[in-house]
Amino acid sequence: MIKKSQSTIRNKLPAITAIALFLFLWQSICMLELVPGYMLPSPIDVIRAFISERELLFKNMLITLKEAFAGLSLGVFIGFGAAVLMDRYEIFYKAFYPIMVVTQTVPTVATAPLLVLWFGYETTPKIILIILSTFFPVAVGLLDGFRSADKDAVGLLRSMGANNLRIFRYIKFPSALPQFFSALRITVAYSVVGAVISEWLGGFGGLGVYMTRVKKAFAFDKMFAVIFLISAISLFLMALVNLAEKKCMPYRKTEKEVKK
Amino acid sequence: MNLTRIKASQTIILNNMKKLEIKEVSKSFDGRKIIDNISVNLNKGEIVSLLGVSGGGKTTLFNIISGLTTPDCGKVYLNGEDITGKSGRISYMMQKDLLLPYRTVVDNVALPLLMKGEKKRTAREKASALFEDFGLDGTQKKYPAELSGGMKQRAALLRTYLFSDDVALLDEPFSALDTLTKASVHRWYLDVMENIKLTTFFITHDIDEAILLSDRIYLLSGTPGRISDEIIISQPKPRTDNFNLSSEFLEYKRRIIQAL
Repeated sequence: MIKKSQSTIRNKLPAITAIALFLFLWQSICMLELVPGYMLPSPIDVIRAFISERELLFKNMLITLKEAFAGLSLGVFIGFGAAVLMDRYEIFYKAFYPIMVVTQTVPTVATAPLLVLWFGYETTPKIILIILSTFFPVAVGLLDGFRSADKDAVGLLRSMGANNLRIFRYIKFPSALPQFFSALRITVAYSVVGAVISEWLGGFGGLGVYMTRVKKAFAFDKMFAVIFLISAISLFLMALVNLAEKKCMPYRKTEKEVKK
Repeated sequence: MNLTRIKASQTIILNNMKKLEIKEVSKSFDGRKIIDNISVNLNKGEIVSLLGVSGGGKTTLFNIISGLTTPDCGKVYLNGEDITGKSGRISYMMQKDLLLPYRTVVDNVALPLLMKGEKKRTAREKASALFEDFGLDGTQKKYPAELSGGMKQRAALLRTYLFSDDVALLDEPFSALDTLTKASVHRWYLDVMENIKLTTFFITHDIDEAILLSDRIYLLSGTPGRISDEIIISQPKPRTDNFNLSSEFLEYKRRIIQAL
């Protein structure tokens, strides 16, 4: 156990050093006044802003998280349904896969204002935007996963008299879990960013709205504080996904150990 | 006159004893005939092997018997019942062990019971009860990746047995094992078979293995594959370790090599 935590520290040491070095440089540049203070706040200024604004940030964060969570759940749900249908019925795949790809080629910043025009400043357009940017990775990941299922294993279950539902439950779904979690890791980050972007373009609350306000006030320290908060949220959610992945796939750990 | 009647009645009795009967089965793929007019039968408790070169249509015949493929013509009878093209009646162990990497050994072995609609708990209990007989005790909660090649085959055979203790088809079950492991698995296999008396139809391309394990051997040769000979191995069971060095063994081997 101790050995393991030691090796984790050793693995992360280069990254930690690089970040520390970067912060140190940044702080030095500000303290030497190489860049005017109102344009680039120092890391310490950012932390100060974060502390003074913590209540407002927290309140807005909850709004953003709610949107992100609602959009993400629906996006995953729709992506899952799309993957199952496309895997089961070839005609669905042929008909809808190209459309799905096209939806991904349209930039979010272009669709978001339209959604605002159609659905107003409330949460609906925000959730739709998040669905649009999250269902695709989930659908594609799961579809690949379903198709990667061992054909012989499917044959084995068929020889045992299994129907399609059982084959899905015992072979296809578990085979797709690794791809599903990879997709989920991307989509949690997308969902937060999607929520922020849609708030930018119109809304009454949330980190995106807060961001536009502090930008207009030229409060760069607060701007940086909210940027870091958004990154932190994304990182935290990705860590949650990793945790869920480990819980759902305990066999992966043993496989790795055996390979060593 | 009388004699023919006695003969006829004997044939009927013999027919009734037949566990599995394959009658005049042929199959082509893409216009190429793979197997031609194959008739094979298995009596209760017999271990019969099908010996032939790789790619000679052995697996095709097994796919037909298990119901995964339908024959162009011919019939498959199990206990006198026509099961041609019906899957889920005969247990089938394929070339690969096909243990699902994401399920523990006991959950893999219990799969056939789950496919029959049994509850998870009872399925696990029933499977677990046989672990000792199959020399698998203590591996219940491990994942397949943690087992050696020989142990994986044991688990796969137990899974096959749990599906049906009636007739089992084994497609080159031990071909992936190294020579030393193979020898110990053969000994184990004969021991287990002594206890469970499973009627087994066994594919192999290993002549020694066929002679060592079988009561009877069918030779499959030519393109398309035809049954070219049937050899009865009259050596009583249990067979000692010296059997494969005896002159009888070599006599069988000579006969088979000549016939192929």
